[in-house]
Amino acid sequence: MRRNVLPGLRLSLGVTLLYVSLIVVLPLAALVFKAASLGPLDYWQIVSSPRALASYRVTVTAALGATLFNLFFGLALAWVLVRYRFPGRRIVDAMVDLPFALPTAVAGISLTALFTSNGVFGSILDDYGIKVAYTPLGIMIAMCFTSLPFIVRTVQPVLEDLDPALEEAAQSLGGSDVAIFRKVILPLLTPVLLAGVSLSFARCLGEFGAIIFIAGNQPMSTEITALLIFIRLEEYDYQAAAAIASVLLLTAFLMLAVTNWLQARALRYTQRS
Amino acid sequence: MKIRLDHVVKTFQTFRAVKDVSLEIESGELVALLGPSGSGKTTILRMVAGLEFADGGHIYFGDQDATDIPVRDRGVGFVFQHYALFPHMTVAQNIAFGMEVSKTKRDKAAIHARVAELLRLVRLEGLGERFPAQISGGQRQRVALARALAVDPKVLLLDEPFGALDANVRRELRRWLREIHSELGITTLFVTHDQEEALDLADRVVILKDGHIVQQGTPEEVCREPKSAFVMKFLGDANMLSAEVRDGRAYADGAVIEVSGIADGKAELYARPVDLDWAVGGPGVAASISRVMDRPGGRRVIATTGSGVPLELDLEPERAVKAGDAGYVTLRRATVFAV
Repeated sequence: MRRNVLPGLRLSLGVTLLYVSLIVVLPLAALVFKAASLGPLDYWQIVSSPRALASYRVTVTAALGATLFNLFFGLALAWVLVRYRFPGRRIVDAMVDLPFALPTAVAGISLTALFTSNGVFGSILDDYGIKVAYTPLGIMIAMCFTSLPFIVRTVQPVLEDLDPALEEAAQSLGGSDVAIFRKVILPLLTPVLLAGVSLSFARCLGEFGAIIFIAGNQPMSTEITALLIFIRLEEYDYQAAAAIASVLLLTAFLMLAVTNWLQARALRYTQRS
Repeated sequence: MKIRLDHVVKTFQTFRAVKDVSLEIESGELVALLGPSGSGKTTILRMVAGLEFADGGHIYFGDQDATDIPVRDRGVGFVFQHYALFPHMTVAQNIAFGMEVSKTKRDKAAIHARVAELLRLVRLEGLGERFPAQISGGQRQRVALARALAVDPKVLLLDEPFGALDANVRRELRRWLREIHSELGITTLFVTHDQEEALDLADRVVILKDGHIVQQGTPEEVCREPKSAFVMKFLGDANMLSAEVRDGRAYADGAVIEVSGIADGKAELYARPVDLDWAVGGPGVAASISRVMDRPGGRRVIATTGSGVPLELDLEPERAVKAGDAGYVTLRRATVFAV
């Protein structure tokens, strides 16, 4: 091993590896073992049952929708917070973290209260024939709420560090605002947007507390995968719960792998020859 | 393209960065804006570019009033101190950027040909596919220049273009920029705080202090006839002695020199290290040598006068002097300013 000026590599590496094992790897391994204790046929039957499939569909479409919304809204929010100075900016900035701090169940109950047909928003939307509470749209809104900070907080620092001379250079070369955004700013933000998107999407897949109050939880239409797992646990069917959870785990893992790969590709230019 | 600044003023919050500056730059001229930090030189350059807007006064490009034309329509090429290359684009893509976003459409082959031509001009053939992170600082600044030249600017503006480079690269790029300028004949304005760079490179040097122009002229004019003590000191090492002017002569600590056009009374006498000499016997300023620094071209001697003023003088390499020697500092020439 290369000699390092800073001391403590062995100790700190040991401690962190131990903690990663205890906190992350061990529970996941237990999950995989539990699921693996089923025969392949049983496993397949559980994870591909119509109710499970419907729950994947509901969860993934809502997560995709929420992430896409957060991609645009989060980017816009980060942009405004970094680029403009306005009264109350610091308050808005602090509020971005609220979804992290608020118990998700509280968020879920508040959202439900707002969006039921006699709630503040729900009653207005009802007039236009839009139902949010107890529909997939409600699931999406709950997901949006809890995963918004991921995009804002990943994009913000990079946007802050963006050299203003880059935009000035692009302007002096005759670039329009649209061209500068598309060809200079967006490509430079792509890696960090991907990181934010993957975190946000992973969070949406696993969200439970905020959703179950607003979702209605009808099997086949508004039942998310996390809830289905919970129901199986309540029935003491640990193996089935583990099997369905393993699907979520695999999806999240695959997605993180893909975005990491995309990110590395988008950052090729930083490598020295 | 001739540039004219007419009583230009710029204020940041309460700080007046540029106070009533008027300046003309002839078509094809290479002009240096020289000054210490905070003198407003970069602000002037950025106003000419359109990256800042003047609070008062006008900026003309030729006969056109360009004061309120935004940077993207002004047709200037701007080179930044820290290059400001787009890190996610290759060298060739960086150079092509201006042509690609331009309103006048060019076909791919034309852009490609122009990029190749510019890469040749800045002597970076074969590096077109590299990313900025993969080339050296000097190469990056050449890419930045090629990128600025790609859109055929009427005026080329450079903000401390060599400030971030090491001394050797800087000298080389300076010569090279001068060559490019004589080849293209484009009106060029550059900002620097390095007097050597300004004097080496520019046809004309504009010296700024606290938002004003204090003197402008060819390098020869500003070097030979500095109009103020500030210019004298800013352009290079200078020794100062308090002097007394009487009947066309300045007397300073035993040294005497002829002066003209200075009224009798108190004055300050400035002399470059090469303007001073060392002699064992008087007349001259009695002093003792406190330190000798050897340099490739000669010996820099620090001599302290009887009244405790350190003077720096440059002597030929053969001169046998050493610390502790007592003798006299004599004046070969000096510039005197009345106080």
